[in-house]
Amino acid sequence: MSEALNRRGFLGLAGGLGLAAMTGCGSGGGTDQAAAQPQQGGRLRAVYAGGGAKEVLDPHVQSLFVDIARHKAMYEKLVELGPDLKPVPRLAEKWEPDAQAATWRFTLREATFHDGHTLTAEDVLYSLARMADPAAPERVAQSSLATVDLRRCRAIDKRTVELTLTAPNAEFPALLAGIGTQIVRDGFKDPTKPVGTGPFTFVSFEAGRSMVAKRYADYWDGAARIEELHLLSADAEARANAVQGGQAEYANDMTATFARTAEAGRTVKIVAAKGSTTQAFVMKVDQPPFDNPDVRMAFKLLADRQRLVDVVLAGRGEVGNDLFGKGYQYYPADLPQRERDLDEAKALLKKAGVLNKELEIFTSDASAGFVEAATLLAEQAGEAGLKLKVTTGSSQTYAKDLLTKGAIGSHRSGAMPIPQYITDRLLSKSPFNVTHWRRPAFDAAFAAAQVLTDETARAAKYGELQRSLRDEGGILAWGHPDFMVAVSAKLQGVEAVPPNTLDSARFDKVWLA
Amino acid sequence: MRSYAAQRAALAVLQLVVLSVLVFVLTSLLPGDAADMRFTETLTPDQVARLREQLGLDQPAVERFIHWLGDVLRGDLGTSLISGGPVLDIVKASVGATVVLTLATLAVVVPLAVALGILMGTRENGRLDRAVTSVTLALSAIPDFVIAVVLIALFSLKLGWLPATWVGGDLLANPVLLVLPVAVLLGRTVCLLSRQVRAGTINALHAEYVVQARRLGVPRWRLLLRHVLPNAAVPGVQELARTGDTLLGGVLVVEAIFAIPGFATALVDGVETRDLPVVQGLTLVLAVAALVINLGADLVCNRLVPRTELLR
Repeated sequence: MSEALNRRGFLGLAGGLGLAAMTGCGSGGGTDQAAAQPQQGGRLRAVYAGGGAKEVLDPHVQSLFVDIARHKAMYEKLVELGPDLKPVPRLAEKWEPDAQAATWRFTLREATFHDGHTLTAEDVLYSLARMADPAAPERVAQSSLATVDLRRCRAIDKRTVELTLTAPNAEFPALLAGIGTQIVRDGFKDPTKPVGTGPFTFVSFEAGRSMVAKRYADYWDGAARIEELHLLSADAEARANAVQGGQAEYANDMTATFARTAEAGRTVKIVAAKGSTTQAFVMKVDQPPFDNPDVRMAFKLLADRQRLVDVVLAGRGEVGNDLFGKGYQYYPADLPQRERDLDEAKALLKKAGVLNKELEIFTSDASAGFVEAATLLAEQAGEAGLKLKVTTGSSQTYAKDLLTKGAIGSHRSGAMPIPQYITDRLLSKSPFNVTHWRRPAFDAAFAAAQVLTDETARAAKYGELQRSLRDEGGILAWGHPDFMVAVSAKLQGVEAVPPNTLDSARFDKVWLA
Repeated sequence: MRSYAAQRAALAVLQLVVLSVLVFVLTSLLPGDAADMRFTETLTPDQVARLREQLGLDQPAVERFIHWLGDVLRGDLGTSLISGGPVLDIVKASVGATVVLTLATLAVVVPLAVALGILMGTRENGRLDRAVTSVTLALSAIPDFVIAVVLIALFSLKLGWLPATWVGGDLLANPVLLVLPVAVLLGRTVCLLSRQVRAGTINALHAEYVVQARRLGVPRWRLLLRHVLPNAAVPGVQELARTGDTLLGGVLVVEAIFAIPGFATALVDGVETRDLPVVQGLTLVLAVAALVINLGADLVCNRLVPRTELLR
């Protein structure tokens, strides 16, 4: 036991040193030595965008970063996503599919809940049933886990659980890492009394304001270094003021404008996960003029991506190549970057007979940069001889409106595995199919690829599908914004990773110097 | 006096009913409902549809309004569509910060404005009068958020003397949190109120009876306190009641900038999430407060200078 602790202590220290060596270049000389030594104790205050009364304690009902961070502090999933969005083991130590990828056997780790109970297969089965409960439609994992056949799932023994799917899927572990898939205690009824296996135990919660949690000493992955965690809610302006004014040590999801001012000062550091989200224009492939593939290609060619990234993202991002998920598992990195070709774009538009016509682009200020990007695209389209009128819709209903309104509109997506993005947005029956990309052949090829248990073969098939999407699909992915968090100079160990991955909001690994 | 109060109270109830109908209609006209607002690409359209049914949002609007009205008459503000908890809890949780903020502001505004107003009134068109007038007018012309940004930049981020936000702060442990928000709210209210007191003072000083009292040799301090102040206070008290509206506008901005979990924040949240029962509940409480304050102001004026009733 003590040997394991010692080894863990050593690994923690080594990790800390490595990190300090990596990030050490920026800050002033003398403090680095002290910062490299992980410190014990203290109170960490982290500020997130708030959701008012929308914020929830129920781990299976969540959609905001602040909810996800809160639930991550107290609960855990069987599987999490690594920095490249590839599944990594958490409460499940390992897993094994059958030959068809239809029945999966998960071996559970030895972990204890905050009430002392040891994690068992029954807890997993109860959790899955709770997520799927049709009487509670706000439980978010219902559609992603719809193929779990609850009646045929069973506990093999205390630490082994067998999950059976109605449709085979080699990506099943990634689905178990989706949002709202936390493992709760068998019989868990009252979300206001959170009991999980996570690194922190519940103290108090006020929706829209704060949650307080304390370090859980018996956490299986090594107890947190900080003693007390405060997760606070505030909008972007107040987050910036709080972290700069010393009222918080961590501020989530910061803007490029803030990053520029922060980097000029000494009190705050910016931790940026390079290109970890996606900004795109989406064209509905069943609506004129975008039902003509030439027009879609013309738009992809007329966009000046570098300028969009420089202006809209203030340079804090990477140019896109009309595909979701740059840098993630299964992304075809060997594809050449699409460059601007105004002459070719004009020729295609002329051929399609839409030159000098007026079109409408549907956007809203639902997300930072949407309106700016649309305005800039309109300008660039003008250079190709096309009038693009910017229409701004309601920001609060934009996600829903975009499904039906606007032949071309603004779209963004957070980090998720590529197969999940395809499932949610690019299949005939996808609930969020904003490009109306409905191709039975594509659906069939994707379904065939998804059951391949050999990862290399699967990756090759996914690659082919993405190539066809890039050339024929309705997505003009122009940029991948960095995901930025601000940390005070005192806070160490914050990793630059995409949101929704294992090491994001990982407050059990950080320390206050 | 009593019939006057009863008449005013009856009018107030009518105003409340009209107001709640109006708020309900206006909020219903906003695009989307509480179920739609959960549609953030985490819930599928099918889940949203089931949720809408569960929340009773598929019922006709009139039916939902009557249901709500029935609850209110029984003293129940209903259930939040978003959190699922009682609306009363949300009202209770948010009202505290706003009341503290408003009372703290008034505690500074009232003595300051009365003192400034009398000072200006007794030195009508003098150098001091003109200086104070220019400064307060200039301050009241600057939007609250501009004052807030400047004060935060200077006193929090640059000098580090005062906290920049209420994020994570505890008012009881750290009353200094109030300083900047109150400072922002002072500008306009002090200006409006002190000008009313000034005008009242000038009027009173020119009045026949004051001139007469002065001729009779009543000491100046006695003259001001006993004869000028009560008359000068009438426009002041009426303005104070009206200050409520001005303050509320300011509180909305101030709460947003300093991330104060108060009434305005809750109201904005409610509208944004189309949480109709919460919006209705908060407006109702707010309206009752406004009516009570105005009624109180009228009764106080009535008491201070009974002749105003005859003038109505």
